[in-house]
Amino acid sequence: MSVRFVFKTSYDQDLGIFRDDVQRNWYLALLVGLLVLPLLIPAYVVDVSLVFIYGLCGLSLMVLAGYTGLVSLGHAAFLGIGAYTHVYVVHDLGLPWVVGVALACVVTAAVGVLVGLPALRMTGVYLSIATLAFALIIQEALTRWERVTGGLKGKAVEKPVVFGVHLGGDTAFYFLCLAFLIAGLWLTGNLLRAPTGRAWVAIRDSEIAAQSMGVNLAVYKTSAFAYSAALMGVAGALFAHKIGFLAPDIFTVLLSIQFLLMVVVGGLGSLHGALFGAVFVALLPVAISQARDSIPAWLSAIASPLGKEAGAATFLAVDQFVKKPGLEPGLFGVILVLFILFEPLGIYGRWRKIQLYFSTFPLYKRATFRRQKTYMRSERLR
Amino acid sequence: MLNGLAVGCIYGLVALGFVLIYKATELVNFAQGDLLMLGAFTCYMFVVWYGVGYWVAFALAVALVALFGAVLDATILRRIIGQPQFSVVMLTIGLGAIFRSFASIAWGSEIYTLPTPFSARATRLAGVAVSHEYVSIIIGTVVLCAVLYAFFTFTRIGLAMQASSQNQLAAYYMGIPVKLMFSLIWAISAGVAAIAGVLLAPVSLIDINLGFIGLKAFAAAVLGGFGSIPGALVGGITIGLIELFSGAYLPQGFKDVAAYVVLLVVLAVRPQGMFGAITRKKV
Repeated sequence: MSVRFVFKTSYDQDLGIFRDDVQRNWYLALLVGLLVLPLLIPAYVVDVSLVFIYGLCGLSLMVLAGYTGLVSLGHAAFLGIGAYTHVYVVHDLGLPWVVGVALACVVTAAVGVLVGLPALRMTGVYLSIATLAFALIIQEALTRWERVTGGLKGKAVEKPVVFGVHLGGDTAFYFLCLAFLIAGLWLTGNLLRAPTGRAWVAIRDSEIAAQSMGVNLAVYKTSAFAYSAALMGVAGALFAHKIGFLAPDIFTVLLSIQFLLMVVVGGLGSLHGALFGAVFVALLPVAISQARDSIPAWLSAIASPLGKEAGAATFLAVDQFVKKPGLEPGLFGVILVLFILFEPLGIYGRWRKIQLYFSTFPLYKRATFRRQKTYMRSERLR
Repeated sequence: MLNGLAVGCIYGLVALGFVLIYKATELVNFAQGDLLMLGAFTCYMFVVWYGVGYWVAFALAVALVALFGAVLDATILRRIIGQPQFSVVMLTIGLGAIFRSFASIAWGSEIYTLPTPFSARATRLAGVAVSHEYVSIIIGTVVLCAVLYAFFTFTRIGLAMQASSQNQLAAYYMGIPVKLMFSLIWAISAGVAAIAGVLLAPVSLIDINLGFIGLKAFAAAVLGGFGSIPGALVGGITIGLIELFSGAYLPQGFKDVAAYVVLLVVLAVRPQGMFGAITRKKV
């Protein structure tokens, strides 16, 4: 398909993470860009570190929903468990920071297995409903178990101290998150190329076919849950430091839906997609708050030729409208609906199309990516 | 007891909406609870803002929301039939978020109470005060079920709907306008949600988070076996009673999660529910 053809001369090329040197150099350039980013935009370092944390969450859900085909509507609960475990271990038990992260990882993985086991008997939408119920129960538990979680009063989180080094500054925290994200990406990328990842993809595409090829459904589905939950636990530990204060009403269903939004908008079934989605979801509120301040002024400038009063009236009306509290979730909903209807492959899919358009320049065929219109496919299994 | 029964009836009605849509189009509508919220708000708007009588407002609200359901199907949901269930789930979640946001912009995020003919009145029955609001919910549910049952069994359109939900292709061959039927089913399901909303409004208060009752109705639908209409009602009433008793006998906090615990247990132990039938997929 592509004009650039990679001519392989040794097996090492198959084993390498990158397709060729060009690709590797691009990623190196990206890494260098990220390393100098805090110098360029110091004001936004905090927002970008949230992008990295969301990137980990996106990876986690991408493994489960995008690669194994198990859609979880309760991932915020894993994030919450990770965050609370980490804070409890570090603050209340006084153990080192690294132990906190490790325990957060282990505990969420264990809970992931617990959720994954009954999930073996469910398919499709039942699983989504079950994970949703699980998340609601966990949220209630976080509220009630006051001795550990602090209940509704919440729990303050101090700055991270890693191996005796105080990482209080925003920039230090930025690099901490970046390191965890790169480690997570490297691990997940390699896992997905290994037999485990292949088995997950096989389960996603057809459970029965996978089973007949000797994939043990119980083992691989549970391991997908455990791995996904463990990533979420690590992300939760970082998230706790990012927000600085834990309360049960942070880890709501809405947060889970934001994570799903991330994988859908980014593009299901690709690690790039998880990251694109994370950038999108983490930076959208920033963009919205910027737009809130500037849009009324623009619109009143448009309306001002009609007279001074019209301009002022437009400003007031629009200003009032954009300051309504319910607008933001609605905007998320609109974006979600538009993506599902018009670009189900997400941002990454669009990116691939643009790439292909240029690499096959005069010969690009729109039909390459046409959605197959299927007749209603029954999942009711008769 | 009556309290739990009435709340259970509401769960049952919302679950009925899920089941109707699921049986017909195999879509699971996560926005069902938000349709209920829209119904309650529309009725409130007519009664309090425009001073329309309660019964007229009730009818108007149900008709409007039903129409809205049909339009929703014809414009948006029909496009994704045949796509994986995941996109359907996401789509309806997105729609639910849009509805909530719309309600908070149109009606504000305050909490309202809907004045009704039954408000704050009670009859003493065998020494127990029976509130008219709860009785109205139970009677409404019974009447609605009878009407729906008659509609699906005795009318041509009802039979056509059953046919198109049983076998889409065969229904097409028989000359049934399947797309229209699906829109009608959406209309009915949205209308049922609106009725549930209006009935619920005097008991609970109206605010934009009323839709979260939809999550508990999931428990009802699953308990009854997703895809069984009597199951949905029985499941709803069971969940209502379980909530009531766990509120009375278990420590604080269990009342809110009882429905979800039941849901998880049912899914783990008997995924087909009380009345459902799920078989292994054949290749």
